[in-house]
Amino acid sequence: MFVLVEMVDTVRIPPWQFERKLNDSIAEELNKKLANKVVYNVGLCICLFDITKLEDAYVFPGDGASHTKVHFRYVVFHPFLDEILIGKIKGCSPEGVHVSLGFFDDILIPPESLQQPAKFDEAEQVWVWEYETEEGAHDLYMDTGEEIRFRVVDESFVDTSPTGPSSAEATSSSEELPKKEAPYTLVGSISEPGLGLLSWWTSN
Amino acid sequence: MEVKDASSALLSNYEVFQLLTDLKEQRKESGKNKHSSGQQNLNTITYETLKYISKTPCRHQSPEIVREFLTAMKSHKLTKAEKLQLLNHRPVTAVEIQLMVEESEERLTEEQIEALLHTVMSILPAGPEDEQKKNASSDMAVDEEDPA
Repeated sequence: MFVLVEMVDTVRIPPWQFERKLNDSIAEELNKKLANKVVYNVGLCICLFDITKLEDAYVFPGDGASHTKVHFRYVVFHPFLDEILIGKIKGCSPEGVHVSLGFFDDILIPPESLQQPAKFDEAEQVWVWEYETEEGAHDLYMDTGEEIRFRVVDESFVDTSPTGPSSAEATSSSEELPKKEAPYTLVGSISEPGLGLLSWWTSN
Repeated sequence: MEVKDASSALLSNYEVFQLLTDLKEQRKESGKNKHSSGQQNLNTITYETLKYISKTPCRHQSPEIVREFLTAMKSHKLTKAEKLQLLNHRPVTAVEIQLMVEESEERLTEEQIEALLHTVMSILPAGPEDEQKKNASSDMAVDEEDPA
């Protein structure tokens, strides 16, 4: 689920923090910059793991702050393809089942990857697995708050950096607000035996 | 900012749990700047991630248990990713093993799957909900062990 990512960056320490130990200031700045943020094509950054190398710190003319090039490793949430994860159902919609891990929310299980046959109950807004046995069909509901085991089948990164001024002028007159896109989304699947709500497979 | 290696190492949930718990302790001791606006993101993500990992079996693991587990796994010839999933999830049924181990029907016989399950359940400590279930039902034959 978590990987270590090696990165290099230049950290700016303002003069009023010079009395603190350099490592502490740098750790704080890196966490301020990266924690809980998604880096494009890398994943959701959690926290600093360690600093591997500090290069010389320079002070540039006109700016009293010190600039240090830092090589460090960061803990990043980036599940590998086909990894099994356990999350909680956040809700259901016609697009599929939305799952959350607490610290990461943008996981979707599309209708075709649910245990088949499945149908969407419009009245209760919930997906249902119509499980067939010899006795007849059982309706297994995928309720909000239930723990669910799923496999990661796809991920997508969207670059949400702000666009330039020219495109903003064209769109701002017609729309109120641009649609907020999640920078990092995972697509899951529960169409295998053993996947789905934990309560479906416990043998008590 | 430059990313030198986007996947230099895989971390187990236990390692992240340890790291975040230590970080929390450190920041509690030097209490003054915990609530400054810049640290809010770090607070949020560490709280949520710690909350998630605490509900998994990883919270009762220790470096010795992980080492013992990996040594025991050597004989089963599993890939790194498969061993990591077994360590993070602590499967208790054959169905779960089949999910985590690719092509398990071809690579492992039924006895091997049983042996694997037995190793996993005996070396890795159970999670907090499993402890309650074990105390409640008398049918489970898993040995209750206490990692000293």
